[in-house]
Amino acid sequence: MRILERFGEQTIAFLEYLGGMMALIGESIRSLVHAQIRYAETFVQAYELGIGSLLIVLLTSLFTGMVISLESAQQAVQFGIGSLVGGAVTYTSVRELGPMLTAVVVAGRVGSAIAAEIGSMVVTEQIDALRSMGLSPVRFLVVPRLLALAIMLPLLTVFADIISILGGMWIAQAYAHINPASFISSARQAVGFEDVVKGLLKALIFACIIAFVGCYQGLSTRGGAAGVGRATTSAVVISIILIFGTNFVMSYLLFGGH
Amino acid sequence: MEPTIYASLDDVTLSFGEHVILKNCNLKIVRGAITCIVGLSGAGKSTILRLLDGLIEPSSGHVYVDGHDLCHTPERDLVELRQKTSLAFQFAALLDSLTIGENVGLPLREHTALPDEKIQHIVDDALESVGLRHVYDSLPNELSGGMLKRAGFARAIVTRPELVLYDEPTTGLDPIVTNLITDTILRLREKLGGTAVVISHDLHSIFRMADYVAMLFEGAIIAYGPREEIRTSTNPFVQQFLTGSEVGPIPV
Ligand SMILES: Nc1ncnc2c1ncn2[C@@H]1O[C@H](COP(=O)(O)OP(=O)(O)O)[C@@H](O)[C@H]1O
Ligand SMILES: [Mg+2]
Repeated sequence: MRILERFGEQTIAFLEYLGGMMALIGESIRSLVHAQIRYAETFVQAYELGIGSLLIVLLTSLFTGMVISLESAQQAVQFGIGSLVGGAVTYTSVRELGPMLTAVVVAGRVGSAIAAEIGSMVVTEQIDALRSMGLSPVRFLVVPRLLALAIMLPLLTVFADIISILGGMWIAQAYAHINPASFISSARQAVGFEDVVKGLLKALIFACIIAFVGCYQGLSTRGGAAGVGRATTSAVVISIILIFGTNFVMSYLLFGGH
Repeated sequence: MEPTIYASLDDVTLSFGEHVILKNCNLKIVRGAITCIVGLSGAGKSTILRLLDGLIEPSSGHVYVDGHDLCHTPERDLVELRQKTSLAFQFAALLDSLTIGENVGLPLREHTALPDEKIQHIVDDALESVGLRHVYDSLPNELSGGMLKRAGFARAIVTRPELVLYDEPTTGLDPIVTNLITDTILRLREKLGGTAVVISHDLHSIFRMADYVAMLFEGAIIAYGPREEIRTSTNPFVQQFLTGSEVGPIPV
């Protein structure tokens, strides 16, 4: 009985979460459709999150490209297929690791900051003050952050892809003496322009996940400073899980055919 | 002449989970008057202001403001109704990313098409009327508690609302600032000619500004009347609250 009861409670909590999230997404879309956008705020958010995340995104993808190259180059040279290393590095970077690692890094840095900022606004009644003045917190806070992420995350992903490929190229040459020309020609054969577009489409979806989860956790903050801490942590945990799950589904849908 | 009612709570019950805050609560707010609400901490006074501003809905009963029923009104229509009402929050609740001037001008910038110079002028005027000068470009965290509260009042009155709700405007402030704020509320009422509801624990300022006093206890208004009637009331709850005695029907 007890177990059933708890199961029921958790189901209700989950449905409430889902309903709340849908309402948030719906209102954001309505704001966007009516072009109720605060451009200046969007620009500030985009600038800050882009500049703030660039270095850590570049570093994580550089090392990732290097390590893929290291692992595959050693194997490939043994089997005499060193010319495939460029393809392996580029393929994994553009289709999987570039979008995903960038999203995970940005979820940790930006998603958490969004939840903390909005959460502390809830706790200090600033959100109520907005509503009291007849201003929609969604239009005022959520939409600019959503747009900023939707613009910057794909852009950061492009940088991540490039630096990861360059890192891989360097290691391939340094450790396996695969020259850059053969690395690049192998990369070109393995990856087409549509793969890049599909990777960026992933980044766009991940941006929406980070923005909506961060804002939702922030807006549903309860219980003072401790509540803000909980909102921040859960924003990161939930968006990272959703990013991994969505990544699998999208890879299946986008790339599953071949 | 019979006073006209601007806003009212009609048999309002409100609970958060198991916790019942208001129970069949009735309250009338007279048009053009200052009504003070008194009661113990946690009695639900702020909750009443949030109901009157349409920020929360009662579990049952109705909330009327200027003839409109706020309950079951879609958020979109509430936006219009809320512009007739302003809530001055206990801790001001200014947006801390904006300067004081931007905060006070925010409702005008968002809801009117007034040019920037005109807004700046109105904001200066509003800040002046709460006795604040040279704070236009300050950030909220650079101001003291009393100044913040007054900046909050300036934001609340800048749109010339018909009803202003003040949540503990004098709590935690020194006697001089308390007097200043009491004067400010009285002056603003004269200037706007509107209705005000003030939550306060400060008996001195209550009896200076209130036209009506309502006492909230255990989820309901247990005493209500013109200021003098409450001051001389023989109701043991009111007596105990006014004298601050530990002995009486209110458990300590
Ligand atoms: N959003 C909320 N969720 C749960 N409980 C709340 C909420 N808001 C207020 N309460 C509770 O309602 C009671 C009354 O709160 P409030 O109206 O702020 O009291 P007052 O202003 O008279 O001190 C308190 O016990 C408070 O804990
Ligand atoms: Mg209160």
